[in-house]
Amino acid sequence: MPESSGTGRQATLKVYRGTKDKGEFQSYKVPVEAGMVVLDAIHYIQQNFDPELAVRWNCKAAKCGSCSAEVNGMPSLMCKSRMDQFKDDEDICVQPLKTFPIIKDLVTDVSWNYEVNKKITPFSPAPDADWTIYQEDIERVQEFRKCIECFLCQNVCHVLRDHERKDNFMGPRFMVRVAGLEMHPLDEANRLKYLKDEGHIGYCNITKCCTEVCPEDIHITDNAIIPLKERVVDEFYDPLGKFIRNLLGGGKKTKASVQPVSITPSK
Amino acid sequence: MTEYETREHDVLVIGAGGAGLRAAIEASGQGVSVGLVCKSLLGKAHTVMAEGGVAAALANVDPKDGWETHFKDTMNGGKMLNHWRMAQLHAQEAPDRVKELERWGAVFDRTKDGKILQRAFGGHTWKRLCHVGDRTGLEMIRTLQDRGVHQGIEVYMECTITELVKDGDKIAGAFGYYREDGRYILFKAKAIVLATGGTGKAYTITSNSWEYTGDGHGLAYDAGAELIDMEFIQFHPTGMVWPPGVRGILVTEGVRGEGGILRNSLGERFMFKYLPEATRNDYAADEAEAVTWVNAALAGNRTEARRPPELSTRDNVARAIYTEVKEGRGSPHGGVFLDISYQDSDRVKKKLPSMYHQFKDLADVDITAGPMEVGPTMHYTMGGIRVEAETQMSRVPGLFAAGECSGGMHGANRLGGNSLSDLVVFGKRAGAAAADYAKAMPTSLKIDDKFVNAAIAEMEEFFLRKEGKNPYDVHKELNKIMGTYVGIFREESELAIGVAKLEELKAEIKKAGAKGSKAFNPGWHMCRDLRNMMICSEAIARSALSRKESRGAHSRLDFPNTEKEWGTKNSACSKDENGNMKLEHTPLPEMPQDLKEIFVKKEPVNA
Repeated sequence: MPESSGTGRQATLKVYRGTKDKGEFQSYKVPVEAGMVVLDAIHYIQQNFDPELAVRWNCKAAKCGSCSAEVNGMPSLMCKSRMDQFKDDEDICVQPLKTFPIIKDLVTDVSWNYEVNKKITPFSPAPDADWTIYQEDIERVQEFRKCIECFLCQNVCHVLRDHERKDNFMGPRFMVRVAGLEMHPLDEANRLKYLKDEGHIGYCNITKCCTEVCPEDIHITDNAIIPLKERVVDEFYDPLGKFIRNLLGGGKKTKASVQPVSITPSK
Repeated sequence: MTEYETREHDVLVIGAGGAGLRAAIEASGQGVSVGLVCKSLLGKAHTVMAEGGVAAALANVDPKDGWETHFKDTMNGGKMLNHWRMAQLHAQEAPDRVKELERWGAVFDRTKDGKILQRAFGGHTWKRLCHVGDRTGLEMIRTLQDRGVHQGIEVYMECTITELVKDGDKIAGAFGYYREDGRYILFKAKAIVLATGGTGKAYTITSNSWEYTGDGHGLAYDAGAELIDMEFIQFHPTGMVWPPGVRGILVTEGVRGEGGILRNSLGERFMFKYLPEATRNDYAADEAEAVTWVNAALAGNRTEARRPPELSTRDNVARAIYTEVKEGRGSPHGGVFLDISYQDSDRVKKKLPSMYHQFKDLADVDITAGPMEVGPTMHYTMGGIRVEAETQMSRVPGLFAAGECSGGMHGANRLGGNSLSDLVVFGKRAGAAAADYAKAMPTSLKIDDKFVNAAIAEMEEFFLRKEGKNPYDVHKELNKIMGTYVGIFREESELAIGVAKLEELKAEIKKAGAKGSKAFNPGWHMCRDLRNMMICSEAIARSALSRKESRGAHSRLDFPNTEKEWGTKNSACSKDENGNMKLEHTPLPEMPQDLKEIFVKKEPVNA
């Protein structure tokens, strides 16, 4: 390296150490180098002070969604949290996601999400489908498929975080997944009853917290949840409309009529 | 006696990236019981990092493409050291595997007429890479994951295998631990598919994640399999070099596929100088021709112009960048400039969205406004477990391998895009063959307690070394040796020092110790991972020392030429009866005449 990469700065990290029953914040001094992110600081601690510090990570490039944590209260990917956003004398507090049970230190038990995923009817194209698909018909679906399953949206959702309704609510991540399937131009399955009766999409009161924290900038509320809510309403609470749609050849294909038309960025 | 859980499956797949998932789906589709072990959470494997695309001769964009040309490109890229049959099967089957992904829900970018869109990539004659922006790997792993969970595959997340267990000469199971709480688990299995990826963590500057510690390589080697072609390590030419926090993170070759230009500090477009004589005619002769090609590509039109020199093979571009920097024409932070900012900014954001965000968020660089600084980063392990081409079975009965941990398919250098296709083509083959093998095995195999006890003792011992060395310090020493003596350019004296230093480091590895409890303890895990990285590093260094020529990714300063006689030999490392590494040079399987003719035919590349 032709020039020194050190900044001469030291940061103080307060990292949660412990289990779900017992734990405390431990302080570490970490030298800061240019372009450093919080995950680098955690690795520095692991390599130099505490090899047993538990943390999940894989790609360190915001592509795998493993290193989710709450950094100074902000649910974020540690690999995307740059150290230069903090003031010199500011403590950096790193703690595990609140919504999921702590296993150890920064690692939480997110297995519930994998159980929810299994209940969603998989992609179901017709056997004789014509696989000519135009780009404009899949733009929206591709937005949903950017999801890296960091579960930050699940973490901040009030229904899960504050009301602890994991027993009864699928959470934003899986509404995004269902939206990706329901809006696929060749999918034939109908997941609306599941959304209403098991996923309990009605619990979502559109506070957009999920959208705010999405590291992939998926417009979760506007583009996934609201259009799905509209479909559920049309299907179950609009008997006249449903009767007419059925007369007109009905079934799944009517979904085109409630296809959202505009992309409304929330930021 | 320490307790452990026992589970039984017909087929156990170790590794849940693209190859492991595809193998598990195939085996389970054949009605056998399948267990899938992943070191991380499901869906986080390194496949998600693959950006550029999956190579398959669908001929959607360039109608002249076909499997023969894909085969030819692959062999040429691999400097003819590939196993010809694997390269052939790969080229022939990749299109079906891609279409299958689409039918399972993958949503690829489209051409104007509604087909899967394909982009240009280094070493590929035609536009061949099916892609989803620059997040193709994520699309692939999610598609396979969602397919897999509905097939009754039992998934063991955050579980690391430390030992393969045999009954006589046959595979009988695997032993490991759960990361969560360190409890042990014994899998009884008639067949095992290794799909554990590569060994990037042997190097400091790497695009690979913590998981990439050569586990499958190490496990297979200890179980009696051979590791071939280990000297061939792909340094991806364009990793980020600045800022240091992101050093090594990949900049997809897709940037060059979309028209990205490489320049040195003098502003020279230096790649024109580095085109090898043999392929020079396949590339644009000057900037004007390169511009014509890019403009046609952007407009979706065909052209007579040849592709830009930045699309040369990875080994070549990596060496060119290394040389430019070494000769003093590098960028301020020791790389070169990669520039896509001359193109329309909205289009760049659309075609390369995650690159845009990666640089914006991590490095505070707007790639649509100015150039990136890039340099070589350890990226891919070409070498691996020697397998039979059709079935992917190693010489250990019942032990299969697919994807990056297997060897042969890519020869001396892998073409971009051929990895994702490798995963699905050979993942499927390995899964099918493992299921067949398990079905043909009438009774369950016996596992001797002494193997299990030894495996437990190995893991427990790390805690007994109370004053043990910090495993991360040992890891850094290993990285330093590999980076210093077994890097991009190699020579006899350096390699010999590297081999000797590795030998010394083996004693240090035996001193590494763990503190704390067995609950999610990365230091403890690292103690065991070091053993696999050492096996891989030793195989890489010894094979590199033995190959007295330059070929593909293996560049010897003291033997700069490619030698004909070395083109017929694979390096093969295996464990001898004393537990030492034995290196042999075995004859490369000979290509049949009809395939040889593909290379003789003079077809004008851009006609």
